[in-house]
Amino acid sequence: MEVGLTHYLAVSALLFCLGLFGVLTRRNAVAILMGIELILNAANINFVAFNKYVSPGAVSGQIFALVVITLAACEAAVGLALVMAAYRGLETAYVDEINLMKW
Amino acid sequence: MGKLAVFIILSCVTLIPAVIVVTSRNMVRAALSLVPTFLGVTGLYVTLDAEFVAGIQVLIYAGAITVLILFVIMLTEGGTGLRVRQMNAQTKLGALVAFGMAVVLIAFTTATRWPVKAGTMPRYNAAAVGNAFLTSYALVFEVTSLVLLVSLIGAIIIARREE
Repeated sequence: MEVGLTHYLAVSALLFCLGLFGVLTRRNAVAILMGIELILNAANINFVAFNKYVSPGAVSGQIFALVVITLAACEAAVGLALVMAAYRGLETAYVDEINLMKW
Repeated sequence: MGKLAVFIILSCVTLIPAVIVVTSRNMVRAALSLVPTFLGVTGLYVTLDAEFVAGIQVLIYAGAITVLILFVIMLTEGGTGLRVRQMNAQTKLGALVAFGMAVVLIAFTTATRWPVKAGTMPRYNAAAVGNAFLTSYALVFEVTSLVLLVSLIGAIIIARREE
């Protein structure tokens, strides 16, 4: 049995759903960011797999994956800075305790 | 046959630590489990002939982002977080949604007929990526670097202690 596009898409779907589970159920803001990183990795696997199987010869999918990796680094830096700022102001990193704006 | 075995091993290396990332009560263990997940994804990139992306993945994800996450875990209260409840009240609902999403996604991706083309990837991957970045995708490259600069300045200003 040959490894095809569908195999990579299935692994990527499973990784995406694990990340989604983490984002939906974690209380710690840092753990939610880890879930987001898993989701972005799943997207990157899709980009690179489509690049290889749908348009071999070009590298557009890999370019997109590199841009996503850069934006993931930006998102991690800003997100973790926000966690630090929230922790300094509110003494907690648990998102269900950060409810200043909640009526 | 060998390719399938490599693919299955790399998938397990990716997915099993990812389960620990989202379920472990110990935050440090969850953060360190990100490393094998990212390295498994790196292996998948290598099997997909994307060597340059694989190298960047090791540098940025396994190197930088994991260390950043570990630092923030150490700097916030509780450290490993073993004494604190880590899951919120909607664990069962979240698991249901994630499982349903997985079933739907896999069903659709296997049912769709993708326009697969046979062909070979460029021989020198890093050279091809560099050429594409500086010709067809020059604007994308510049805008991405601007976004990176702006977000790093923003991160410094947000995290700075206010006087």
